[in-house]
Amino acid sequence: MLLIQGVLVVALLVVGAVLVRSTADVRHQAVRRLLLVLLGVLAVTSVLVPGAVTWVAERVGVGRGTDLVLYGLVVAFLGFIASSYRRTRALEAKLTELTRRLALDEEARDAHRGPPAVEDAQAPGTALPDADRPGT
Amino acid sequence: MSAATTGPTPAAATDDTWVVVPLYQEATAVGEVVRELRQTFAQVVCVDDGSTDGSAAEARRAGARVVRHCINLGQGAALQTGFDFALRDPAARFVVTFDADGQHRVADARAMVERLRAGEADVVFGSRFLDGRTEVPRLRRVVLRSAVHYTNLTTGVRLTDAHNGLRALSRRAVGSLRITHHRMAHASEIVSLVGRSGLSWVEHPVEIRYTDYSRAKGQSLLNSVNILVETILG
Repeated sequence: MLLIQGVLVVALLVVGAVLVRSTADVRHQAVRRLLLVLLGVLAVTSVLVPGAVTWVAERVGVGRGTDLVLYGLVVAFLGFIASSYRRTRALEAKLTELTRRLALDEEARDAHRGPPAVEDAQAPGTALPDADRPGT
Repeated sequence: MSAATTGPTPAAATDDTWVVVPLYQEATAVGEVVRELRQTFAQVVCVDDGSTDGSAAEARRAGARVVRHCINLGQGAALQTGFDFALRDPAARFVVTFDADGQHRVADARAMVERLRAGEADVVFGSRFLDGRTEVPRLRRVVLRSAVHYTNLTTGVRLTDAHNGLRALSRRAVGSLRITHHRMAHASEIVSLVGRSGLSWVEHPVEIRYTDYSRAKGQSLLNSVNILVETILG
């Protein structure tokens, strides 16, 4: 086995393990893990049998194996952008609900106590909600 | 809910109305806007979207109730928070959305609420293109017209001005809307939600005051690219 083959196989296994352990919602996670395993197998195969990628590339009408790998990478990367966009949106929605609830409850609490003191003393930049109200 | 009144005594006829002012970094303008509003509307709530310039304190000093996002979420999120706040008041029948930078006229808002009160519709959209009062800068006019065109195509609601921050909504309308576009795409979103929910709507001619201040603070035209992307990607 060539040295580079050993290094690449180890690197792929480590990256795969790290990715599989990350968390998200269950069904998408399962699909992602399956795809990752498939990708891992393909990657390791291509390292051990360098001619295989070229062979596949020629079968599907792409000249070189490296080109096939590049195309695959582009597709995978776009998929990654799409899925991370969706996940960010979902996370934002949760964050919004949380912040909204916090804001409304705080206002209700302050309104109960009578007109809130005007925060003259508050310096710009210290907008954390409880920084100016210790002891609550 | 009783308003923490520190300003002039407003007309009692507006006790069933909440004016929602989304507020972000407008410390120099918001005080005057709230004071002017409160000469007509007793109940003004500013939703401070994580400002760090003392906007919240200014708004409070001027007599507004202030709900405060501890982090910046965007104007759409601030509006929805204001809607939720208004709905917590069982006496609230109408909600007005009003920008914090002083570009809207209180008299327009009042006339719009009167049209709701008369039962003309569930939602009254302000439009700067219905009469000749507003001088819209040319490039801005082109962008706004395209936005209107796009909104009309996609929502089935035919408006003349899609991105106007001045609106008046009935309680029923507010209760049935749920804004999920947090940044600026919410303007089209509100229109499309109104279109889909079968709420009735009318447009009302309003004047936009393009002061140097609002021009400097207002939507950068480049941001319309962001709005478009957010609208399409959902």
